[in-house]
Amino acid sequence: MTTAAEPRLAEHFEATIARHDRIEPRDWMPEAYRATLVRQIAQHAHSEVIGMQPEGDWLTRAPSLRRKAVLLAKVQDEAGHGLYLYSACETLGVTRRELTEKLLDGRQKYSSIFNYPTLSYADVGTIGWLVDGAAICNQVPLCRTSYGPYGRAMIRVCKEESFHQRQGFELLMTMMRGTDEQREMVQESVNRFWWPALMMFGPPDDASPNTARSMAWGIKRDTNDELRQRFVDMSVPQAEVLGVTLPDPELAWNEQRQAHDFGEPDWDEFWAVVNGDGPCNAQRIEHRRRAHDDGAWVRAAATAFAARQAEGGRGR
Amino acid sequence: MSGRETSPEWPLYEVFVRGKRGLNHVHVGSLHAADDTMAVLHARDVYTRRNEGVSVWVVRSAHITASSPDEKDPMFAPSGDKVYRHPTFYEIPDSVPHM
Repeated sequence: MTTAAEPRLAEHFEATIARHDRIEPRDWMPEAYRATLVRQIAQHAHSEVIGMQPEGDWLTRAPSLRRKAVLLAKVQDEAGHGLYLYSACETLGVTRRELTEKLLDGRQKYSSIFNYPTLSYADVGTIGWLVDGAAICNQVPLCRTSYGPYGRAMIRVCKEESFHQRQGFELLMTMMRGTDEQREMVQESVNRFWWPALMMFGPPDDASPNTARSMAWGIKRDTNDELRQRFVDMSVPQAEVLGVTLPDPELAWNEQRQAHDFGEPDWDEFWAVVNGDGPCNAQRIEHRRRAHDDGAWVRAAATAFAARQAEGGRGR
Repeated sequence: MSGRETSPEWPLYEVFVRGKRGLNHVHVGSLHAADDTMAVLHARDVYTRRNEGVSVWVVRSAHITASSPDEKDPMFAPSGDKVYRHPTFYEIPDSVPHM
């Protein structure tokens, strides 16, 4: 939009951001602000939707009815989180169909963490503890993001993520009280997920060109490295309680910084997975496409039923 | 997959939830549904998985009439300069009880 009114509108937008007030859907906003939000919220929504798969794989093999009920509730929450976020994203003028199609044909991404496989039941616990833990670290500051609908969706998401993390930690504690074999399963799972969890915060600050602008706009509240540090500092004492070793020989308390020093994630691996070359990228998208195609007749039937109802209620 | 679906997208509904008796319905978000009945069911599944509500309203987003394209607008200016509508406008000595 380029009109004579634009400078005045831009001024109003900047002033709203400077007051730490929220931008609402019908406000004027710079096109780049809108595009950044669409990309970020869509990626976030897609992550929730794809995120159902790694744990969904274990639904039919849960070791007890209790664990199965918990896992079902959790996977259903992920679907719900995807819907909250799609709904927020649509307030920016994109359609749901557009978002769905962009996920299915790879034009929009989802979090790389879901391209790793879940090889044992302990992974359900580790995902809850570390992956959802990292997600909480990322998401709590987003409750105060400058775009109103996104912040409100994040508040709902964060309330529910706390259950996700706690059920995971409890699952791991239960296994750690079990047999040696079960303890080994937990350690093996933590070994596989620790580094990918650290990568969830995105590339290091000096390789994250959009961070400064997103922070100036109040979309992001902390840098990737700040959040990663916070996550490490939170996780170390939790690992101690659990009795597992985090697989990083450089991990040590730094008295001077009052924070943990830790090793560098393998950024080559990170970029490879982001660019489609992770262990499960093809499988995740293939599964999503199949689910979408298999559901086509349901959508068509509901549309036809609604049309007939509207015509004269012959449906019932 | 993409491009295959040609039927119109399901309409968008806004969802309002009454948290408990005695409270107003509050807007919580939106969702797509083929018709009103499905919108209520989806609203229950998406927005009240943890006892968040005792009652749900859904309304097609297209049926909402809003004040203006901008959240800040002259429509609300008339209330801005009428400070005498607020109780704090009136100075009453502290010694007057119950006021």
